[in-house]
Amino acid sequence: MSRYITRLRMRRAYKWNGRPVSKDRKLKRQYYESMSISVEGKTEDVTVSLGQYILIEGDDDDNPFVAQLLKLYTDDSGKKKTAVVQWFVRTCEVPQNKRKLLGRHPHPQEIFFYQDCSCDNEVDGETILGAVQIEYVPVEDPFPKGKSKGILFVKLLWDTKSFRALDPELMQPPQSSKSPPPSSRGPQTRALPTPDLSVMKRAMSGILTRGSMSTGKMSSSEAESLHSASKLSAAKALSAKRRSRAVSGPHVRKKLDLCSPSKNMTRDDVLGEILDEHTEKTLTSKLNTSPTGRISISIRLTRLNLNEEECVSPLSSHSPDKPRMTAYDKDESTSVFLGVQPFGDDDAEPLISTCRTPRKREATPRSAGLRGLKARTPSRRKDALREPALAALAEEEHEDSPVQTAATPRSKRKSAQLVSSRIRKQLNLLGNTVDLQSDGVDGDDDDCFVPAKIDLQSSSDEEEEAKIDSEDELIVKKRRGSGTSRSTEKTRVSARTPRKTPSKKTAPATPHTPRHATPSIPSRSAPARKPGNVLEEARDIYNFVESKVIDGTGGCMYISGVPGTGKTATVHEVIRSLQQSAEQDEIPHLRFIEINGMKMTDPHQAYVQILQKLTDQKATPDHAAALLEKRFSAPAPKKETTVLLVDEVRHLLLVTLISIGYFLFIILFDWPTRRNARLVVLTIANTMDLPERIMINRVASRLGLTRMSFQPYTFKQLQQIITSRLNRVKAFEEDALQLVSRKVAALSGDARRCLDICRRATEICEHSGSQKNSSGLVGMSHVMEALDEMFSSSYIAAIRCASVQEQLFLRAVIAEFRRLGLEEATFQQVFVQHQALCRVEGLQPVNVSEGLTVCQRLGSCRLILLEGSRLDLFLRIRLNVSQDDVLYALKAD
Amino acid sequence: ISDRKATVNSSDGAQKLLRERLCHQKLPDQPVGLDSQYKHLLELLRRTAVHGESNSVLIVGPRGSGKTMLLGCVLRELMSLREVQKNVLLVELNGLLQTDDKIALKEITRQLHLENVVGDKVFGSFAENLAFLLEALKKGDKSSSRPVLFVLDEFDLFAHHKNQTLLYNLLDVSQSAQTPVAVVGLTCRLDVLELLEKRVKSRFSHRQIHLFSSLSFGQYVDVVRAQLSLPPDFPDPKFSDEWNHSVTKLCEDKTVEEILRRNFNGSKDFRSLHSLLFLAVSRVSVSHSTLREADLIEACRLISADSKANVLHGLSILELCLIIAMKHLNDTYDGEPFNFQMVHNEFKKFIQRKSHSIHKFEKPVVMKAFEHLLQLELVRPVDSGVCKVQREYQLMRLMLEHGQVMEALQKYPQCPTDVKQWALSAFG
Repeated sequence: MSRYITRLRMRRAYKWNGRPVSKDRKLKRQYYESMSISVEGKTEDVTVSLGQYILIEGDDDDNPFVAQLLKLYTDDSGKKKTAVVQWFVRTCEVPQNKRKLLGRHPHPQEIFFYQDCSCDNEVDGETILGAVQIEYVPVEDPFPKGKSKGILFVKLLWDTKSFRALDPELMQPPQSSKSPPPSSRGPQTRALPTPDLSVMKRAMSGILTRGSMSTGKMSSSEAESLHSASKLSAAKALSAKRRSRAVSGPHVRKKLDLCSPSKNMTRDDVLGEILDEHTEKTLTSKLNTSPTGRISISIRLTRLNLNEEECVSPLSSHSPDKPRMTAYDKDESTSVFLGVQPFGDDDAEPLISTCRTPRKREATPRSAGLRGLKARTPSRRKDALREPALAALAEEEHEDSPVQTAATPRSKRKSAQLVSSRIRKQLNLLGNTVDLQSDGVDGDDDDCFVPAKIDLQSSSDEEEEAKIDSEDELIVKKRRGSGTSRSTEKTRVSARTPRKTPSKKTAPATPHTPRHATPSIPSRSAPARKPGNVLEEARDIYNFVESKVIDGTGGCMYISGVPGTGKTATVHEVIRSLQQSAEQDEIPHLRFIEINGMKMTDPHQAYVQILQKLTDQKATPDHAAALLEKRFSAPAPKKETTVLLVDEVRHLLLVTLISIGYFLFIILFDWPTRRNARLVVLTIANTMDLPERIMINRVASRLGLTRMSFQPYTFKQLQQIITSRLNRVKAFEEDALQLVSRKVAALSGDARRCLDICRRATEICEHSGSQKNSSGLVGMSHVMEALDEMFSSSYIAAIRCASVQEQLFLRAVIAEFRRLGLEEATFQQVFVQHQALCRVEGLQPVNVSEGLTVCQRLGSCRLILLEGSRLDLFLRIRLNVSQDDVLYALKAD
Repeated sequence: ISDRKATVNSSDGAQKLLRERLCHQKLPDQPVGLDSQYKHLLELLRRTAVHGESNSVLIVGPRGSGKTMLLGCVLRELMSLREVQKNVLLVELNGLLQTDDKIALKEITRQLHLENVVGDKVFGSFAENLAFLLEALKKGDKSSSRPVLFVLDEFDLFAHHKNQTLLYNLLDVSQSAQTPVAVVGLTCRLDVLELLEKRVKSRFSHRQIHLFSSLSFGQYVDVVRAQLSLPPDFPDPKFSDEWNHSVTKLCEDKTVEEILRRNFNGSKDFRSLHSLLFLAVSRVSVSHSTLREADLIEACRLISADSKANVLHGLSILELCLIIAMKHLNDTYDGEPFNFQMVHNEFKKFIQRKSHSIHKFEKPVVMKAFEHLLQLELVRPVDSGVCKVQREYQLMRLMLEHGQVMEALQKYPQCPTDVKQWALSAFG
């Protein structure tokens, strides 16, 4: 419990220094020159002024974000403080696969001037931690030695694609500052380049955008320290970091702290102040009300965190108590304070040293960091294992891109596996925390469900999802730019984080050898795990089921949509997340039963299967029906809700209405309406109007259906699906991806089809790649080939490859059709034409037997349709291909 | 004597070997002209067998194009891999045998050796069977369970099963992370995908391997030569040399080439070629121990003979006359159906006006002859249903082509000239 306290944030107060220097009436802004930050328990205030280099709170306490302060302003109310900054990136923030572009080992204190116009440069003024010293080092010069570890060096410029020499001009102050910064240099201009047309494109391509980082910064009001220490590989650390960033929205954490049962109530007021008005209000109200989904979610989260900590602490190399103690010692005013001296291995990570400056309080490594790191990495692995489909991907990855293998913990090497399995075993409990936390976010804000759904999908998926989302990202950025109320904004942002953060990682992995470069993606098209595209639907289903479960009532939902739009997958994900909530005692326990109309031999079996899954009893259909009737007439035992998913419901209803099929329908849709039955029925079918077509009024009125229709995927969604399945492997050229998704979207919008095409295209690429040695990526040509293979009709090829007599016969058919003016002829008529054609062609005329053989052979291919095969000469012949096609095929020959 | 005996043995041996080859009892060493398809299929199945990737594929090609042979060759090579041998389960189904899902499921369980797992009781109902099998497949996963190859011959027939339950379930497994399966369908229908319900279709991977032969005539002749040649490990090298030499010479012969070309024009597949060669090879005997062109000509004659023309040879003169009368009726009325009375009138006219050799027949005799033709199905009633019309007035159709009649007349032994002339005359 007390350990938990250490996690609470330190309180800071922000104050403007002096009067506003200027005012923008249009924007209703007042600009200031400096701001002072007073930290509770510290006597002296920190003053940051324009042009000064500052640290901004991020997810990572060890390495807070670095930036230069360009502007400070407040809105009309004076409450919201906003800062405009020029970002710098640390080495660890540069995508791992890009780091080698540097061509040398980065200096531990090195940072890079960040140039990316797509990045939001406005941050909440209250996330500023304090000032930092940055020194410009010319490119040729070595890094100065013996300087304090608090000083950061900037030498190069990072524009998301490459490192470039930094023009010292950019580091120059734009004006002579009135309050000179501690560093020798003055404030500087906004060094952002003019808006670039390629922004969108870049964002799409998923290359690191600053936006993702800034979001992280913005969003994290309570950061998490991360121990990217020498013990764990950088990669692991990074992935852990990513994960933690992805899942731990600061909002959640905050709330979690607040609602934590382990927390002393006396601290409420303190915490209340930390939070802004809005959050405070909602939260306190939540605290007061009886447990609803939201509040319970936070409680659950808290517990989980506790668990997490307790479980992991034996694992962590140094006792978490130690830092806590230090905290207590150092900070006399409140136990909440957590600024800790870095201990032990902080030398291994000199960057941490910045936190030694007394003003910065959060930049200390905490046990939490290690915890987060350890706890999360395995969870991710577990997910990877959980999904064989993805594992397949992973395996392929492993084969094909050695870089990746080395870097990701999913590597299949034995030793790694051993370690991972050990960790996993110990942390089994924590495996799901990630999902759950993001769940929490869902609960908070409906809008957040969108990304969170993805989160639920599969954690390995979600990480690689970045590409897709960069578009959303832009939107978010824009929205954020306006700097509105903190709470809503933040939740949104935090919720988005999981999707966005990984964008750092999405940068193309340059293949090593051409052979291996051809990444074969066995995009096993498991129908499940369609990464968040049917988000709206998912949210609706989630809300529907959740509300029914919480209320303890029943209901029925009808879900329709063409095949391959992720109906079943979505429902499964919803159920999964609900069950996870249920495990945490979030919502009442629920029981999930799934039947599939296509997976049983006749509709009556539905009873048997439901009964068997419900009670493990076996019975005849009739008996089962009776038992079920009894079960659902009486109040449900154990107060648990049964969620019944009936897939392919149409096939249960094929039986005529009078018979049991009708009865079954009544049961399926009537039970839920019974009181106390606590049955939620989700039915899935292809056709939208099934209820109207099948059911008569009596049934329809009972239904009171909640309906939902899944639309075919749009090309953007399909693109997202592919990208997420690609698992961050850069295997496809952008254009190729576009082509596939657009083509499929135009045809059917079937995600399975889309993946199948990609899978085939990679195979084609793999086979051709060994010869041509081109880029190694799946290009347009490969995709075209795959598309041709799958979509082009084989009729023309068949006609071209047919034997001479078969071709003649087809021509005879057409000639006869033309003569008759009909689309049907008898064999006898065609045969006469055939013989004539033979003579024209100088071939020996065929006899009737041979002619019939030819005819039958064409008929078996279904090039022509034959009717009445017993009629012999009077066999009726129709063409199954258009006449034009036949003529085209024959002519080209 | 021993020399003669050796020749007999050798020629017997050669014949046996070739017959085996031509009757498809042995898979060829390498499929001809299907290299890319072979590679594709092998790679696909190898992925399932070795990596546990599920997949589904259709092999589409006209009858006799070598679908089963291709699959057989691929499986042979696949099974020769040691890691695959013990790991892969093969389930072979045929749409002609497993006519509904119930039978198919039983067969699958049997071939997977799962019957005993169910325990002591006799394997349960269809429903239980399906549930059981799905459960079994669901339990497996990529890494631990043995991949199962499902081979569905006559795939299109499975699509006619009720609800396509079997296909849905198999393809569903192949699309989800369950036991790795590869579903290989063989079919000759080009429009097979249109048979699938959309939910089944969505689950199919849409991979189709088409077997369209693009063989040229030169390659075709090469295949003939290869098919007829004796292998180098034939026990009697002298005989085999002689034989192979004769085969080479045979293939260069003009007449033989013509026969082969005719066959090639008819169909490019090897099955019809094999039946031709089979007939020729069967004619090889001790007395002439090599394949001669006469054998091929005879075989060609047999194989391309018109079945109905042969039947006509066995008819009596009276029956033949009736056929000619019907032909004239057909000519006169442009294929409109006729009845016995009309035929009889036509026949009577012929007897009265032109016939010298044929005497007058009683009407019942003619009727009898007509009924014989009906039995031979050379004539057929227009509406086969029960009709109350008197037999003489029942409408009939002649099931013979004009040319067939004329050809039969030409070949008919000792056909009277006046009958022939009657047949040739424009109007009766």
